[in-house]
Amino acid sequence: MQDRMIARAKELLADGTVDRVMGWKKGEFLYDATPAVFYSAEELDAGFVMNAFTAANVSKYLIKETKKEGKILAFLKPCDSFSFRQLMNEHRVDRDKVYIVGIPSWGKADMEKIRQKGITGITSIEEREGDFVVNTILRETHVIKKYDVYLEKCKNCKSKEIVVYDELLDGENGAAVTNSRFDEVAKLEAMTPDERFAFWQNELSRCIRCNACRNVCPACTCEKCVFDNPKSGLENKAAATSFEENMFHIIRAFHVAGRCTDCGECSRVCPQHIPLHLLNRKFIKDMNELYGDFQAGEAEQQRHPVTSYRTDDAEPGVIYTRGGTGK
Amino acid sequence: MQRIGVFVCWCGSNIAGTVDVKKVAETLGHEPGVVFSTDYQYMCSQSGQDLVKDSIRTYNLTGVVICSCSPRMHENTFRKAAASVGLNPYMVEIANIREQVSWIHKDMETATEKAIILGRAAIAKVHLNAPLIAGETPVTKRALVIGGGIAGIQTALDIAEAGFEVDIVEKSPTIGGKMAQIDKTFPTLDCAACILTPKMVEASQQENINIYAFSEVDEVKGFVGNFTVKIRRKARYVKEELCTGCGLCTEKCPQKKVPDEFNLGLSNRRAIYIPFAQAVPKVATIDPNYCTMLKTGKCGVCSKVCGVKAIDYTQKDEIVERKYGAIVVATGFEPIKVDKFEEFAYAQSPDVVTSLEYERLMNAAGPTGGTLLRPSDKTHPHTIVFVQCVGSRCDEKSEKGKPYCSKVCCMYTAKHAMLTREKYPDTEVYVFYIDVRTPGKNFDEFYRRAVEHYGVHYVKGMVGKVTPENGKLKVQASDLLDNRQLHIDADMVVLAAAIEPDKSARPLATMLTASMDTNDFFTEAHPKLRPVESPTAGVFLSGMCQGPKDIPETVSQASACAAKVIGLLVKDKLVGNPCVAHSDEMMCNGCSQCQNVCPYGAITYTEKEFRMPDRTTAVRRVAQVNPAVCQGCGACTVTCPSGAMDLFGFSNNQIMAEVDAICK
Repeated sequence: MQDRMIARAKELLADGTVDRVMGWKKGEFLYDATPAVFYSAEELDAGFVMNAFTAANVSKYLIKETKKEGKILAFLKPCDSFSFRQLMNEHRVDRDKVYIVGIPSWGKADMEKIRQKGITGITSIEEREGDFVVNTILRETHVIKKYDVYLEKCKNCKSKEIVVYDELLDGENGAAVTNSRFDEVAKLEAMTPDERFAFWQNELSRCIRCNACRNVCPACTCEKCVFDNPKSGLENKAAATSFEENMFHIIRAFHVAGRCTDCGECSRVCPQHIPLHLLNRKFIKDMNELYGDFQAGEAEQQRHPVTSYRTDDAEPGVIYTRGGTGK
Repeated sequence: MQRIGVFVCWCGSNIAGTVDVKKVAETLGHEPGVVFSTDYQYMCSQSGQDLVKDSIRTYNLTGVVICSCSPRMHENTFRKAAASVGLNPYMVEIANIREQVSWIHKDMETATEKAIILGRAAIAKVHLNAPLIAGETPVTKRALVIGGGIAGIQTALDIAEAGFEVDIVEKSPTIGGKMAQIDKTFPTLDCAACILTPKMVEASQQENINIYAFSEVDEVKGFVGNFTVKIRRKARYVKEELCTGCGLCTEKCPQKKVPDEFNLGLSNRRAIYIPFAQAVPKVATIDPNYCTMLKTGKCGVCSKVCGVKAIDYTQKDEIVERKYGAIVVATGFEPIKVDKFEEFAYAQSPDVVTSLEYERLMNAAGPTGGTLLRPSDKTHPHTIVFVQCVGSRCDEKSEKGKPYCSKVCCMYTAKHAMLTREKYPDTEVYVFYIDVRTPGKNFDEFYRRAVEHYGVHYVKGMVGKVTPENGKLKVQASDLLDNRQLHIDADMVVLAAAIEPDKSARPLATMLTASMDTNDFFTEAHPKLRPVESPTAGVFLSGMCQGPKDIPETVSQASACAAKVIGLLVKDKLVGNPCVAHSDEMMCNGCSQCQNVCPYGAITYTEKEFRMPDRTTAVRRVAQVNPAVCQGCGACTVTCPSGAMDLFGFSNNQIMAEVDAICK
């Protein structure tokens, strides 16, 4: 697929449709591919990469890119396209300045999980049906089940559909997939409040406030984040006490509620492996149950369930009762 | 640092009975920034206000905290007092230690503690208060009256006579409402039509009144003094300006089997119809559900017979947009559906009727021409049983009925009983009641006349079951005073159905952002002191939409409502509310969420050039608030993810400071 993408990018550069390309660049190691902009065919040949480790969601980069002159080519995976569509809803990106080529994604690998299998020094990774075939520097070839090493976001993929595009690399679009992404949330809901509090205390106590989750999140696109703004009264809450520390994640979850597309980047980038996506999924699950199924970024949406008020909305009492029983 | 004065009100014993006001004043006096703290028996009294004013002068106060009743009661009083001595009125904060403390707590110690905490929160807020100056907005000198019953007509007439334009929007083809269906009116027994129809004609001839009959309100935007309303003029398929109301079409129309709404389905009308002889406007209307021409394209009789070529089968709904300074809700009521009260066999026998149906059966213009005949076999009934409180005064949890008293049933049932005995002395009339409620001028005399003079059998007790059998209605009831079961073979049973607000009221309330109670009656701004105003500024209440009322009460309320509307419309400018939202453009993301949630359409977006910190220029999409349209509801401020939207007088920081003070 990498070769086809590079070839298509070169064509679009050559015919003047776009003047640069948003994609992923080879890192020092195979698994640290990072989002990057390429300006020429040479740069593409030298660094463009597409493999099982190009998981990063590039949609957020397009906020800045579409403020620049010229048109940019962006390769969007299904989950990236939901984020991009949501950013369009919020007027954060200029759709006219992006040429979108939708690319399929059959799941990205989590390097940590591969390492845990004792595999190191990877030189190449290929996809084959349900497996990843990994070659290492020691000339070993490992065949591992994809499902075992998927990133959390891919394990519980919600959709293979690309919701916004100018063309599709494969010519055909995917569809929503059945998933069990709310199972973990249901487990948390089944806990007693004390157990749940202990669970989150344990998880969130590891937070080092590196802000990676916020910086990667395509819903966190404020010109000035409240946590950086002395006027907001939240800025200094960061390191005051462990309780307030934890509030960072809860406040962030509230801020992205109704706008989070569940792209799973927050958990992917967390160096402390905090399952941050569970906070967002709890909100999504609640919204689905109280206000009907809703998927942020799926289509043009003016209001999401949290900002729309209807006379037939669930009564606050219903929400309270549910919260009280944990059901 | 502010110089704050704290004033703790006793409210007689209302607060002082449960809260140690001395201790509250003493404790709050030690808060940072408080330079003066005192308590007083009635802070809202003239001498109490003087105390506040003198203290502002003496101690050079920059902020005032009043610990008293709800700000809904006296915030304005104290703001005015402060303004009279040169302090910006928005430097006054109220800590509600009556409704939120003394009235709901019993223990003096905990109540006092809570009062202190609330006072502390108000002090914390005043520290962050800044003087605010209200803007002014012009007033559109026209009123909208929604509903053309007796309430709407009276309000419109009074406003129009004061010299202001009024539009009446009525959903049915004619104005007149429920009163037009009534036969006689209690307690004077004059004919409803004789006193109503002249008013209808007057409304149609009054040049300041514009009647939009067969129309509904589609959308309401704006705020007090400046409403913009979209009115849907439903297609009549008859050109209103041409139709003379001659009625020829309604005689020739071949579709004769349409249940007549005006007679509550007790007779039939044609597919093209004029509801009743004195309809205003007297214009025919085609019912598209029954018209053969509209349904199949074949017929066209009405069009052929119409001498003025008024029929237009292609007519479409039309939207009219009008501006108003005030809106009057006069949507009235409906009797509840009584089918669900299976014990009364309403659905099984045509001889079980509601009281409103009985009105039609007694009415000279009704389906029987004024002769009382029972619907099943058109014979004279000889025994009639009236059942009171059908669906009124039910248990709170009852799914069938209403918890309130419908207020008018006792009197109209006495009227029905009396008129029946008067016209048909050979008829036995029984009235089953829980209580007979007749407060009102000449009301009890009227009821007693029914019992003593006309010999109506009043029985305290409820009817348990009505069974149709061999052309009779077997009524099984209990007489609670004699403690025995009664079995009556009746010819007719009349149910005094509870009244409920019209179905159109609830969606209208949503459009107007006017509040309702659990029974869908509109709530007043104050149940005693502002009974004809809705809490939403510029929205007024007239008639049954606010609660059960008889005609004299409805008319007096309608006139009171008109007085309030006139009081608003005579003003050239209204002082706005300075507590409006504003956006910090440097922080705004341009995400449009605030615009999407704003119920008043006060937020717009514009592309604006900014100097960025790195000295480049960037064009950004930012929110702007129109302060004249903003009502300060704060929906945008809680929606804004970056905190760029904030509310003057209720800023995020002020609210956080209050919360911090409470949690300290």
